[in-house]
Amino acid sequence: MLFTRPFKGGASVPHHKATSGMATLAMPVPAKVVIPMLQHIGVICTATVQKGDKVTVGQIIGDSDKPMSAPIHSSVSGTVTEIAPMLYPGGFFVPSIEIQTDGQQTLSENIRKPSYASKEEFLKLVRASGLAGLGGAGFPAHIKLNVPADKPVDTLIINAAECEPYITSDYHVIIEKTRYVVDGVKAVRDILGLKIVKVGIEDNKPEAVKALKAAFKDDSTVSVRSLPTRYPQGAEKMLISALTGRKVPVGKLPSDVGVVVMNVTSVAFLGEYLETGVPLIKKNVTIDGNAVKSPKNVEVLIGTSLREVFAFADGFKSEPTKVIMGGPMMGVAQFSLDTSVVKHTNALLAFDHELAQVDKATSCIRCGRCVRACPMNLLPLELSKSALHSRTDDLKAFDINSCIECGSCSFVCPAKIQLVQLMRLGKSQLRAASVKKGVA
Amino acid sequence: MSDTPNNQSAPAQLLVTASPHVRDHSSTRKIMLDVIIALLPAVAVSIYYFGKHAVAVYAVTLIATVFTEWFSRKFIFKKDNTLGDLSAVVTGLILAMSLPAAIPLWIAFIGGVIAIFFVKQLFGGIGQNFMNPALGARVFLFLAWTGPMTKYLAPGQSFDALAGATPLAILKGKEATTAALPDLWNLFIGNHAGCLGETSIIALLIGAAYLFARKVISPKVPLLFIGTVALLCWIFGSKSGLFHGDVLSYTLSGGLIFGAFFMATDYATQPVTPLGKIIFGVGLGVLTAVIRLWTNYPEGVQFAIILMNCVSPLIDRHTVPKTFGGKHA
Repeated sequence: MLFTRPFKGGASVPHHKATSGMATLAMPVPAKVVIPMLQHIGVICTATVQKGDKVTVGQIIGDSDKPMSAPIHSSVSGTVTEIAPMLYPGGFFVPSIEIQTDGQQTLSENIRKPSYASKEEFLKLVRASGLAGLGGAGFPAHIKLNVPADKPVDTLIINAAECEPYITSDYHVIIEKTRYVVDGVKAVRDILGLKIVKVGIEDNKPEAVKALKAAFKDDSTVSVRSLPTRYPQGAEKMLISALTGRKVPVGKLPSDVGVVVMNVTSVAFLGEYLETGVPLIKKNVTIDGNAVKSPKNVEVLIGTSLREVFAFADGFKSEPTKVIMGGPMMGVAQFSLDTSVVKHTNALLAFDHELAQVDKATSCIRCGRCVRACPMNLLPLELSKSALHSRTDDLKAFDINSCIECGSCSFVCPAKIQLVQLMRLGKSQLRAASVKKGVA
Repeated sequence: MSDTPNNQSAPAQLLVTASPHVRDHSSTRKIMLDVIIALLPAVAVSIYYFGKHAVAVYAVTLIATVFTEWFSRKFIFKKDNTLGDLSAVVTGLILAMSLPAAIPLWIAFIGGVIAIFFVKQLFGGIGQNFMNPALGARVFLFLAWTGPMTKYLAPGQSFDALAGATPLAILKGKEATTAALPDLWNLFIGNHAGCLGETSIIALLIGAAYLFARKVISPKVPLLFIGTVALLCWIFGSKSGLFHGDVLSYTLSGGLIFGAFFMATDYATQPVTPLGKIIFGVGLGVLTAVIRLWTNYPEGVQFAIILMNCVSPLIDRHTVPKTFGGKHA
């Protein structure tokens, strides 16, 4: 491992992939769903239905005419009972649609197997599917795949690293929906006219590596690479570097180095969508954490409340002190169990008091562990100090905007300083200073 | 939202913090404890060779550093108690180890107060000091009480005996005595005159190996430091011409090994950038060799470290690493 480290820095984070062996179970339809109008990076959608409307599965209930958006579909059939701002997993309020389900799961009549003859039609379909990067970032897929003609894109990278601890939902998508992964990869590859596809996956998932290698063994354009398990291998820039040796320049996009990166669950969804025409209304989610009674992988309808998801895992074996949407390194702590599963939810973790314990931060001893851990080669200790003192010139000089907030620095800090939080503070200070100067 | 189906008790209140939500098991206290463990072999050897003098010096210095840390934070700075991080114990041990066994105990006590109060706490406490506290105090003691600070006991000597000449003084021809350079074996095991903790190379190396294994320190700075000293002393260290210096005697004697592994590696006072650490290590070696070879003073390690401590912030400033995907600075 010492000699095959694929990128500088990072951290050896315990895997905790206890749900690896647990096949995905479909959760029953809940009595009610709450579907937020923001499930992607970009513009909040507007509800296209009214209180009292009957809706069907896969019917569009929210959309926006702005490009940076993806339509939102009903995951159930039933009646709209409320449209109002409600608590969002991000910790703020977002207009959301509450639907009482009728239990019929009647499919929308608009759903049919899609077909396309051109890239434009394909992108239209991708938008209509509601797909927004399922790896966690929620970037609208139709924008990502609409690569400008002047970008020298030659490689499609499939991110199957799943480097966050606990989460095994991508892993299960790979081994349970291998066929859809293959279909999705081929569709994207062909529509972009690419000849090289690289699938990156951490070597702690040998079953998935085997499944993908077998699935692509007759396809010379696709190579499946098993990568050393080291956090954050799944970070886009680290993955691109590990698979192609290319470094995305500061402030640039993967397409600037000729690469389009898609999460493996995203391509699997595309593959399935192209066969069934059912838009993004459900999600594979890992339920784990030491406060959960029966950790498992579930397929859950978008809009299902966290409370119901945990109930499906037989509830809590001890009082949960912290509930996280996503992985423990980059996931978002939840204020309430009343928030809903959204498109980019890949895990729900509940930690008991002991595991949730936040150690009191003490003085930085300048041990330099954060410097060695930073995969972006930044100096977290200097950045955090600059943020504490609001020194925006230093924040800029030390390049705070290149921080990907992976959490490696905080993870290794012996003084238990909340470095990522200070990075975010620093970024907002720099933003505010730029606005003041009239730069931004 | 209040009528959500609820078949279990809701948690009263969820804890919300910024990510990441897991941390490794490291802590400042564990790091300092590792340093203390690493120092113990050399401490044991010094007690073996210098007996009750050594025990008394350790006791007094530790009392001074720990008391000053507690007292100054509680009554002067009115800050939280930091004794638990054990850094005051590390400073006390390192200071004691850099004192001669025959040092009057009151001087040792003053050294502890200076290290913690003047060098460390006045600048903000752990991590904030720009100079190694133990070394800062040692240099003060050395200038203020040069006599007692340079009266080295040879192992087994009593207080009344003539001070033993240190190997470096002999190398430099400073001592008008018939004293012969101790053989390498005695240098290695610590059976020669010198400060408490810096004499036994083997004990120090065992401690250093422990720190490497525990990843508390990286070998980069100490090896560059020692390597540079060895190279320069080999080239210039002999009166019989270039490239005839007695490399082993120069590297194994004096405070070089002790300073390189346990003082130069002090986190707060060295650069944090990868390139900065290289410059720091080489700079330490150059300064040490220059002082040893071309000044009146036989031992250059302490001044070299203190000077390089002062330069560290500047080195950091000018060696900011290139961001991943960034332009060459």
